[in-house]
Parts: sequence; structure tokens; C-alpha cells
Amino acid sequence: MAKTLAQEFTKGLWDEIPPFRLVLGLCPVLAVTKTVENGLGMGMATTFVLLCSNILVSLLRNVIPSKVRIACFIIIIATFVTVVELLMQAYAYPLFLKLGIFIPLIVVNCIVLGRSEAFASKNKIVYSAADGLGIGIGFTLSLAALGGVRELLGSGCLLGKDIMGPSFEPFTFMIEAPGAFVALGLMLCVMNFIGKK
Amino acid sequence: MGDLIVLGISCIFVNNILLAQYLGNCPFMGTSKKMETAVGMAFAVVFVLVMAGLITWVVNTYVLVKYGLGFLRTIAFILVIASLVQFVEMFLKKSIPALYAGLGIFLPLITTNCAVMGVCLINVNEEYTFIETAVSSLTYAIGFGLALILFAGVREKILLGRVPKPLQDTSIGLVTAGLISLAFFAFKGMV
Repeated sequence: MAKTLAQEFTKGLWDEIPPFRLVLGLCPVLAVTKTVENGLGMGMATTFVLLCSNILVSLLRNVIPSKVRIACFIIIIATFVTVVELLMQAYAYPLFLKLGIFIPLIVVNCIVLGRSEAFASKNKIVYSAADGLGIGIGFTLSLAALGGVRELLGSGCLLGKDIMGPSFEPFTFMIEAPGAFVALGLMLCVMNFIGKK
Repeated sequence: MGDLIVLGISCIFVNNILLAQYLGNCPFMGTSKKMETAVGMAFAVVFVLVMAGLITWVVNTYVLVKYGLGFLRTIAFILVIASLVQFVEMFLKKSIPALYAGLGIFLPLITTNCAVMGVCLINVNEEYTFIETAVSSLTYAIGFGLALILFAGVREKILLGRVPKPLQDTSIGLVTAGLISLAFFAFKGMV
């Protein structure tokens, strides 16, 4: 193992930060980032699923036959998604209503399945946990950043507080679907510009 | 009958699954670089989405709701979709090899396409009847295909232009998708 534990963790925060470096899991990124709060909630739910499924897949990696591994991974992931769904219904109902069908759709988020397949099925538990946590936090940060840009421009608020003052004309385009695509595209461009140096 | 037509039109244009509901964006970005792959993906989605929509409706109504197992919905749906895709793949390989060769690798990829799972969940959440489910699944799939093929056409043209380096590939793709989405936004007043 060439990389240390800390490196496995930090790579998710910059080198492989989803969805910018790994262009995966775009749907929740576009759909739930109308506000910072939604982005953070979705990010944390995904982090939980990533961490738990990575640990379990890593534990079972020598038991699961390779021919049916994808089906096994999906069932493991679906189980944890159901756990998150029920937990959010119990303790964070307003957020659960806002995120709507995107909570059950974590099952088909390619980041989660991608980490199980590409990392957890080949590495030890501690490393898999670090990887899951790192990628999850990176994903949460990206969602919050994109949510921040869209909330600030689209409604002049940040975390529900008025930032821009009364004279600011909200740029409603940013809150609607087209704004999500354009904002993500431009952020990706900025990331490429900084990263290529 | 009139209601069904309105439902169909709103699923294709107003609530377009890719551009207004943000579902299925990974294959949208991944398979739109060439027209050929876009057409393949579009047909594979139409095929699987209609079947998945109907089967999950039956499973939900006659198994999950009947026996009070609603909390197992996520697991049940993903299992239905995964096994359906596997089954369709085997069936096509044996009986219609030409179509199988055409769809190629797009079939297995559909399992993790959130458009399929998303439409199944929408159908259940909106409490559609069996007929409405059939119409909405088909028209959502047509909307997906329409947007994907339109986008692939635009993207092929972008290849000819000179794009600044940081904007290349996915970045310009997303901005373009935003512009197409803006065009679809105009359908909002239609229904």
C-alpha cells in the first residue's frame, strides 16, 4: 500500500473531488442545490451511505463471488439508503420533503457504486472507510458550494439570511433548471483552470 | 383520453426528464458525444423504462402496498430494475441478436440510470393508475430520447469549434445543456 491513510482521505477533497474531478452523480448535484441547506443535507445523506457501504463491501470482499458482485453491492447500498430514508423521515422531516425522490435515488448514484467497485472491493476496511468519508465530504463541499452560488444569485440569500440587501434584483434563472447546468459548467471550468497549473 | 394526451405532452416537453427534472444526467453527458451512441441509448431507455414502469407498478400495488411493506420500496424497485435489465439482455441476445448488437453496452448501464428508477418512483408518488403509468413511462422515455438526440447533434457541432481549454468537454457540455434546457423552459406555458 503506497498511499497512507491520510492520503486516501484527502484525495476525495481535491484530487478526485466529485462531481468536478470524477464527473459522476450529476443528478442530485443539479437537482438539490437550490439552497446551501438542501445541498448540505443531501451531501451528508450520501456521505453516510458511502461510508457504510464502503465498510461493508470491504468486509465482505472475499466472500462475494465476483460474477454477482454488482448485484450484491446494489443490495448493500439499497439497504443503507433505506436506513437513511427512515432516519430522515423520523428526525428531519422538512428536509426529507424538500429532497423528495432524490433520497431513494442515492441507490443509483454512480459515485456510491463506483467507490464500491473501484476501491472498497479491493482494499482493507480502514482504507475503504477513509476513502468513503473523504469522497463523501468532498461531495458535500461541492454541493454546498454550488448551492451557495445558486442561492446567492437566485434569491440574494445565504442559508436563508438576506445578504445582498433590498436593492438586489434576484436572478431567478439560477434557481431554475437551466441555471443549474450553466452554474455547474462554469464551476467545472474554474476548477479546470486552477487545477491545470 | 384527453387527460392522457395532456399527461403525455407534459411528460415529453414541460416536465422533460433530463432538462426539467434533472434525472438521468450521467448517461446524458456520457453518451452524447456521438450521434450513434445517443440513438442507441435512447432506444434502450425507451425499451427498459416502459417495462420497468409497468412491472414496478404491479409490484408496488399488489405486493408492497397490500402487505404494508412500503418501507422496502427502494430495495424492491432496484432489484426489479436490475433483474429486468439482466433478463432483457439475455432475451435479446438469444432471440433478436441484431437489436442486442445495436444496444450493446447501453443495456447493463441502464441499471444505474436514475431516470428509470426516478420515473418508477414518480409514478408511485403521483398514484397513477395502470394506464396512466404506461403513458407516463413511455412519454418520459420519449422525452429522454428527444433531449439526448438533440443534445448529441449540438455536441457534434461543438467539436468543430475552438473552445477555450478549461471549458472543454464536460464543462461546455453542461453550459450547452443549460441553453437547451432554457429552450425547453418555454414549454412551461403549454399545459
